[in-house]
Amino acid sequence: MSRLKESERYKKTWAYRFFRWYRGEKDPFLGEVEMKAGNPYKDNRSAEELMLEKEAIMNKVYDMDHNKEIKLFKFAYGIISAIFCLALTFVLLLMVSYSPKTGNPGNPNENEVPARYIENGLQETGAVNIVTGMILDYRAFDTLGESHVLFIATITVFILLRIDKDEKGKEKDREEANDRNYEPKNDAILQGIAIIIVPLIMIFGIYVILNGHISPGGGFSGGAIIGAGLILYLNAFGFAKTERFFTEKTYKIICFCSLSFYCLAKSYSFFTGANHLESGIPLGTPGAILSSGLILPLNICVGLVVACTMYAFYALFRKGGF
Amino acid sequence: MEFGPNLMANYGEAVSMILFAIGFTNLLLQKNLIKKIIGLNIMDTATYLFLALKGYIQGRTAPIVVNGVQEVEAYINPIPAGLVLTGIVVSVSVSALMLSLTIRLYRRYHTLDLDEISTLLKKEEN
Repeated sequence: MSRLKESERYKKTWAYRFFRWYRGEKDPFLGEVEMKAGNPYKDNRSAEELMLEKEAIMNKVYDMDHNKEIKLFKFAYGIISAIFCLALTFVLLLMVSYSPKTGNPGNPNENEVPARYIENGLQETGAVNIVTGMILDYRAFDTLGESHVLFIATITVFILLRIDKDEKGKEKDREEANDRNYEPKNDAILQGIAIIIVPLIMIFGIYVILNGHISPGGGFSGGAIIGAGLILYLNAFGFAKTERFFTEKTYKIICFCSLSFYCLAKSYSFFTGANHLESGIPLGTPGAILSSGLILPLNICVGLVVACTMYAFYALFRKGGF
Repeated sequence: MEFGPNLMANYGEAVSMILFAIGFTNLLLQKNLIKKIIGLNIMDTATYLFLALKGYIQGRTAPIVVNGVQEVEAYINPIPAGLVLTGIVVSVSVSALMLSLTIRLYRRYHTLDLDEISTLLKKEEN
């Protein structure tokens, strides 16, 4: 009998297995559990050493005062951007010097498109103000897109700056952000002036919106004026007073109604116009308030959206909600 | 390369281009995020000025029909006015969006310096 066979027989015995287990040589997972090959490039250093090394590297990289590469980069960035800006100015001025003279009749941008708007605008849209007739009749989809841009911007700002009401453990942040707690400030001068001025601003804004088709102005400028009046009122009297008539819900309802009315009205008029149908919307006498078909209601819609957006921006930036 | 003949006649447009370049320089060289946004707003304003000058025609009035006069020779070009309106709306929205993002960044990093923010960001990643 060879020694090899002896040892093989010995390895199968109970005593051999017991002594292996006792010496700690037996791996209980070997042959029992599927295992992956280890990393051949194993670093023998301990985790602590690795952490220390990484920290040292990071400190060296982010040591802004002594890192030569960052200094060089900043220096080169400054010089290159200055050169680039000077070159940009030069190229733009060169372009201006070759472009046609300002205010010269017969420039290439004075082509058949503005001629058509000026010559037929009054008959086709009924608006005395040709610009309003252009943006709310010929190019009404553009203005619809603008109103939606404002609406989407408000929603995005709301998402970014909103302070969650359900979140716990942020009481302090909320208290700090919500400066309503320190209101009313009761500034006598501001309140006294606001009582006189705010109604005038509101009336002027409504005037600008309603006269958008017969004089300079329109939904955007009138809406901005009304928004400014609302902000002044808010500053003078505080959120407790404005929230009687303007909350998040009001904003939602006004914006939804205005935008959907705009969309439906203009879809109807484009549909009938494209199919050469009678739209049935009277154009009225040019120059009267109730004239020029859909332009007046559309101006009111745009004005409401803009006024709400201005107020919403201010309220969101001030306390993260309204 | 030499300048064309209309630089002096187009002095308004030249001013708008210089304003545009000032805004762009602000955007590149300022570290403060608020100042960068101000630079972008200056660029917007320069664009409005340029468009308004492009629509202007000497000796003509604003495009509002007065006394039934509907000849092309009576009014300036109405199209740039509409384009400026679009530009203003988009600029307001973009400014509001950028300012709210800046507020979020400030709340998280307590600084407005873009270099410091990017350093802190990389330190966080590692």
